[in-house]
Amino acid sequence: MRRWLPHPLMAGFLLLVWLLLQRSLAPGSWLLGGALALGLAWAFGKLQPPRARLRGAWRLLPLALRVVHDIVRSNLAVAGVVLGPRRRARAGFVAIPLELADPYGLALLACIVTSTPGTIWVDHDPARGILLIHVLDLVDEASWVETIKRRYERPLLEVFQ
Amino acid sequence: MSLVDALPPWAAVLVGVLVLLGAGFACVGSLGLLRLRDFYQRVHAPTLGSTLGTFFMVAACVAGFSLAQGRPALQVLLIGVFLTLTTPITLMLLVRAALYRDRVEDGQQMPPPAPPGESSQNPMP
Repeated sequence: MRRWLPHPLMAGFLLLVWLLLQRSLAPGSWLLGGALALGLAWAFGKLQPPRARLRGAWRLLPLALRVVHDIVRSNLAVAGVVLGPRRRARAGFVAIPLELADPYGLALLACIVTSTPGTIWVDHDPARGILLIHVLDLVDEASWVETIKRRYERPLLEVFQ
Repeated sequence: MSLVDALPPWAAVLVGVLVLLGAGFACVGSLGLLRLRDFYQRVHAPTLGSTLGTFFMVAACVAGFSLAQGRPALQVLLIGVFLTLTTPITLMLLVRAALYRDRVEDGQQMPPPAPPGESSQNPMP
């Protein structure tokens, strides 16, 4: 199994992309898409990506819902900052000590932090495990550290480490 | 025959509202580029277009093309997937470049870099 399908998640994703782009579930699409997915997943393995160890991936579902909720809320918040009266800047940097060290977990956290308007991933120091983010509407630094760690990092830690 | 003619009125209204909502968020984000004060604040604004702006546009596309052509047009969802995966890379590059320059020029109070000797690699795999 592992020999023929070394990266099942990647192959599955590629097959899904192919079927979506073809907009058909005909046998031909499955066949060609499957061959492409196998070949490309094999080529992906040649890049020697670090192994992903997912445990209890269902925990990502509540996290996804939470992220969608936060994205909607912060979209409205940032729109309010942009359209509201000009005021003194409250933006600033926040340094957050992270326990998460898995590259895939960090990549996911980067997607979450960046796609939530109002926060941007600036820098991560893997040696010290410190993440630097920039917050547009910075009121309380400690609450941001707490938010990122509790809302996002904890479920990611459970899944990836 | 244009796409709009193929849609029943209620669907045309739905698609129109979704497109306007998406365009609205993208517009507010672009306005933020003009109104906010410095680079680090301005870089936040366009993410409105890449999140809810994109979401409403993609929803409009899926609804419009699916209803007009009579079969699901789910391939548009891939735009959202790829945008979510690639936006952080661009933003990180921009912000890190700006931070590097500001640390060198030492004009403002910037968070200090990692102590020398320790690695400071990009965390993206």
